Amino acid sequence: MKLFLRWIGAAAGLLAATTLATAQDSTGILVYNAQHVSLTQEWAAQFTKETGVKVTLRNGGDTELGNQIVQEGANSPADVFLTENSPAIALVDSAGQLAPLDQQTLALVPESYRPSSGRWIGIAARSTVFAYNKASLKTEDLPKSLLDLADPKWKGRWAASPTGADFQAIVSALLELKGEDVTSKWLKAMKENVKPFQGNNAAMKGVNTGQVDGAVIYHYYYFGDQAKTGENSQNVGMHYFKNRDPGAFVSVSGGGVIASSKKKDQAQAFVKWIVGKGGQTILRTGNSFEYAVGKDEASNPKLPALVDLQAPTVEPAKLNSKKVTELMIGAGLL
Amino acid sequence: MTASFEESGQGAGPPRSAFFPTRRLGSVGPGMSGAALLVTFGACLPIGFILWVAIQTGWPTVSALVFRPRVGELLVNTLLLVAFTLPLCIFFAVALAWLTERSDLPAARLWSWLIVAPLAIPAFVHSYAWVSFIPSLNGLFAAVLVSTLAYVPFLYLPIAATLRRLDPALEEAAASLGHAPARVFLKVVVPQLRLAICGGGLLVALHLLAEFGLYVMVRFDTFTTAIVAQFQSAYNGPAANMLAGVLALCCFSFLGLEILVRGQERYARVGSGAARALPAAPLRRWTAPTLAALAGWVALAVGVPVVTLSGWLVHGGASVWSATEMTPALFETLLFASLGGALATLAAIPIAWLSIRAPGRIQRLVEGLNYVVGSLPGVVVALALVTITVRIAMPLYQTVATVLLAYVLLFLPRAIVSLRASLAQAPVELEQAAASLGRSPTNALWTVTVRLAAPGAAAGMALVALGIVNELTATQMLAPNGAQTLATAFWAHASELDYAAAAPYAVLMIILSLPLTVLLYAQARRSPGH
Repeated sequence: MKLFLRWIGAAAGLLAATTLATAQDSTGILVYNAQHVSLTQEWAAQFTKETGVKVTLRNGGDTELGNQIVQEGANSPADVFLTENSPAIALVDSAGQLAPLDQQTLALVPESYRPSSGRWIGIAARSTVFAYNKASLKTEDLPKSLLDLADPKWKGRWAASPTGADFQAIVSALLELKGEDVTSKWLKAMKENVKPFQGNNAAMKGVNTGQVDGAVIYHYYYFGDQAKTGENSQNVGMHYFKNRDPGAFVSVSGGGVIASSKKKDQAQAFVKWIVGKGGQTILRTGNSFEYAVGKDEASNPKLPALVDLQAPTVEPAKLNSKKVTELMIGAGLL
Repeated sequence: MTASFEESGQGAGPPRSAFFPTRRLGSVGPGMSGAALLVTFGACLPIGFILWVAIQTGWPTVSALVFRPRVGELLVNTLLLVAFTLPLCIFFAVALAWLTERSDLPAARLWSWLIVAPLAIPAFVHSYAWVSFIPSLNGLFAAVLVSTLAYVPFLYLPIAATLRRLDPALEEAAASLGHAPARVFLKVVVPQLRLAICGGGLLVALHLLAEFGLYVMVRFDTFTTAIVAQFQSAYNGPAANMLAGVLALCCFSFLGLEILVRGQERYARVGSGAARALPAAPLRRWTAPTLAALAGWVALAVGVPVVTLSGWLVHGGASVWSATEMTPALFETLLFASLGGALATLAAIPIAWLSIRAPGRIQRLVEGLNYVVGSLPGVVVALALVTITVRIAMPLYQTVATVLLAYVLLFLPRAIVSLRASLAQAPVELEQAAASLGRSPTNALWTVTVRLAAPGAAAGMALVALGIVNELTATQMLAPNGAQTLATAFWAHASELDYAAAAPYAVLMIILSLPLTVLLYAQARRSPGH
């Protein structure tokens, strides 16, 4: 028995030592970050420089982190949640896990980019686009609507990243605009037609190398690659659906303060900083190429103006990620 | 105490008692049994949890999530992958092993090093190299190609080791009875390789089931990639857990299949004297074509990764070597690897000790359970641990302790096997002598037996540590906030298609893995009696 105890002691001692040795720095705030890591790192570094508040990131996907916060419930270690798309943060909100944001923060962003509840706020925006291979598709052959891609003539010719939250947000807009029947039928046709890629970057690369004629992705992948070497987008053209089509959906990235946070002041300050001058300037000048959403804040001059994209009107808080996952599992896409 | 000396001192055969025959083992026995049961209980947690989630989810939901076309698709994909890759791996491994061990191939030792070298390159780095070499590479063909190149060494090592030790008398007897050389090879040599092929084949099959990064890169969906995708869209929802259940069943059926195919035949040789050294088969005019084919193989399995990695390093220049990002990743990788190695070895002590000092039916079951758990893919173990910690063990949630627990579960068999071999060589009499000179039984065990077993423990620790260095999925899902290892950092860059920035991490992983390759090679080459 003595040996057993000694053995347990050794095991426990080793575990305790490691836990202590690597215990997370308890100063500063913990941000569950689903936004692009490089963008949030830039935001965090500048915020820390200006305020002295340390920011630790836990990186992951939208719905992964959203569901994670819901699972963690009142014990969630997160202080702030930043997403790429609205459905994940709406999910956390509907679980009652977001604290109301300060009025001053809300006043920084127009009402169209935040829910009326005031518990989260748009921090950036991105537009859906059909990226196509300029050599294999002529402009007159481009689809007029996202719904056209369900046509059998598109079989094996277009790509998407169905496992990603970005594409799932586009589907949630389709669901909100056209209803369950249309969406479910479209997804089943998509299962027949689509070549699935892991990640929008990989999908655009597939377009560039001619593995597919086009891909439904967001706009910034193209601009980001063009700003670097352009090697993954030199043959790629950008087709915006416009006309209030579901495929012209503009997705709002959300930010919110977790209700169970013990550092609400610092968390509120970080969200306010992102939607204020500091954070929105980084959107304009950096390499993220996402649209700025702050009042009177201009976006990167290389991007087409957001108003010209004729996006459909969708209330971001209404986007339903759970239903989308269900429908996509039903269609065999997940 | 005295009674136990007499009995176990005789080196008697296996005891009759079905349960741990620990009474004979003095006061150390109960402690060891307790520790072994504790470890095994911990090891069974993931399977237990999958079952628990299934029961909680309820049958209608479970059947809706399991019996759907998508699961069928994944099953077909996974089985096709195994059905193509495994025979190819066996074929190439046997051919390569024959060339390096039984023919008069020039520079055979050098070739055998080069054939084993791909082991030092993580599988997902192999496929990263291939997709940057041929960007349009994808689907089943690509998956089979890259897996074959990456996993042949797993089969080559045991097959080469067996080939080297075969008794030439058997082949000569067959030849003297009039069989042609090809027929002798098929009828006499290949059957004697059965154990090596079965063991190595099982290892390859389990890797095919568990690998994530390789197949994402070449866009080939298997259960593991689908589980990670589910996790990324719904965290630990029932859909991911059910897929994990099906994947676990696949692993278990491969384990069972291996036992069936392995059979009960006798492979040992009896007779006077020792087997002669094997004569080398002359290649003669086939020498040049064989060398060309071998060079081709090495170019694909080692050349492509090395050339593309160097290409990306040159392309990225000095700017991709960011010390602020790489130092913490390297530090955390080394920390996880050393602590995980130490913990796994510690956990292996009671099980290995019982298997040497108190073998029995229950002991075999306990040991077997740990191997079964060790065969589970990282994604299954990680998913279970996420669920357990977030639901009922919140203080352990997102801590280093949980990651280390996952590593121990995944790599425990490596530690047990190495430690057991070493313990078997530590004579129990020395321990007893120490005890008779006044040391307490525990003290005698620690100061004599454990010390004598140190080389095996160190080898096991190294094997576990290097497994941890290349682990991606479980680390990704369980890592504490802000933590990043070489593998996760590599993956983060590679999935943003920033291949140049990913290259330095791949290089560091390869550098850390080289000692493992050397160790494995040396172990496999050790002749009996040395």
